[in-house]
Amino acid sequence: MAYALPDLPYDYSALEPHISKTTLEFHHDKHHNKYVNTYNELVKEAGMDDKSIEEVIKAIAGDSSQQKLFNNAAQAWNHTFFWNSLKPGGGGEPSGEVGDKIKADFGSFDKFKEEFSTAASTQFGSGWAWLVLDGGSLKVVKTPNAVNPLVDGQTPLLTLDVWEHAYYLDYQNARAKFIETFLSSLANWDFVKENMAKA
Amino acid sequence: MSVDRRQFLFFLGASARAMALSAVPGCTATATVAGNSRSKMEFVPGENGPFELPPLPYDYDALEPYIDAETMRFHHDKHHAGYTRNLNSAISSYPELQEKSAEELLRNIESIPEEIRKTVRQNGGGYVNHKMFWEIMSPDGGGVPTGAIAAAIDDRFGSFEAFKEEFETAGKTRFGSGWAWLVLKDGNLEVINTLNQNSPLMDGNYPIMGNDVWEHAYYLKYRNDRGEYLRQWWNVVNWEEIDRRYEMAIA
Ligand SMILES: [Fe+2]
Ligand SMILES: [Fe+2]
Repeated sequence: MAYALPDLPYDYSALEPHISKTTLEFHHDKHHNKYVNTYNELVKEAGMDDKSIEEVIKAIAGDSSQQKLFNNAAQAWNHTFFWNSLKPGGGGEPSGEVGDKIKADFGSFDKFKEEFSTAASTQFGSGWAWLVLDGGSLKVVKTPNAVNPLVDGQTPLLTLDVWEHAYYLDYQNARAKFIETFLSSLANWDFVKENMAKA
Repeated sequence: MSVDRRQFLFFLGASARAMALSAVPGCTATATVAGNSRSKMEFVPGENGPFELPPLPYDYDALEPYIDAETMRFHHDKHHAGYTRNLNSAISSYPELQEKSAEELLRNIESIPEEIRKTVRQNGGGYVNHKMFWEIMSPDGGGVPTGAIAAAIDDRFGSFEAFKEEFETAGKTRFGSGWAWLVLKDGNLEVINTLNQNSPLMDGNYPIMGNDVWEHAYYLKYRNDRGEYLRQWWNVVNWEEIDRRYEMAIA
């Protein structure tokens, strides 16, 4: 099925000063838009446009002959998931069932933060850091380039884009500062809660 | 980097290296314990290993307008400095590896102890790739190849234009982060690309020239338009140095 580029769930300037309007304009209108358009072309060529984007991602993961389709499918999906993982006034320690589950599975919120920061900062080159549900437990994972946890049968709950385009205009080389800001001021715990409820 | 600092670094002896490093990110000069008015270098583990961040061979703004000074500053002072620091740190408890050149480490990457192999691949690659990158660019660059490399390119690719097109395609199609390369492989010129900081040396090929297509190399100026960066980059390519590398490789 053709995949539609979603609008951002907030205004382009809604995440300032943490993520600039310019970054969101390029990230959404150029990068995400291009992944979506390329996906829609390639999925038709591959004769797979009767499938949902999630089905396509799972079906062709690891198939080197479908690398370009996979990259664009996964990047189209990942960015939509990323926009929802951010919110103005987000971040900080979640309360309620999400907070309880984090404490139960990581030991403490600080432990989670440490694991997530390590994953995001050590994903060498381009990629993503994720909070996922794996067999009922919370886990932090990192993935290179376009890869996402769907291919490993995990349920993504939250993600951070650590491709340099996600932060270079605002943070330049300081990826660690971007990660810290995501956790303190941007992470959308309501989205995590929704994803946990659906899982 | 100012000309003054470059000359300063250039003329420094090894014993004064620590002082020069105080100008490098991650290495901070601090006052010593109370009562001692002299300041000393705080030695960060790995900071003072065998590999030094080479100074840029020109000013930060020398490649304007094709590559802006701000990009050069971050690229050299932060990214390249980081790879250098991490490489030194990775081999800090392996004296036998500290005797080797960085290129040797990469050529023999599979024999590097497993616990540091990935770190050496990433940071040794980053160290060597960027060292070459600064040298194969010049404010007096651009134009067409000269010397033996010019004939070799025409032979192998048909024309300089055809080579440029193949090289740009290699850069554009490297998904994520990486490098586009012209390499010498079994005596022949080939255009390839590599992921992240992987060096052609790791596959037994010699890097004649390479262009950095990590987003940090172009994002401040060219944003998402990697293709435009690849096209403009030819304006700063130092064919004299590339010819020197080629002639050395075939010698
Ligand atoms: Fe992105
Ligand atoms: Fe670079």
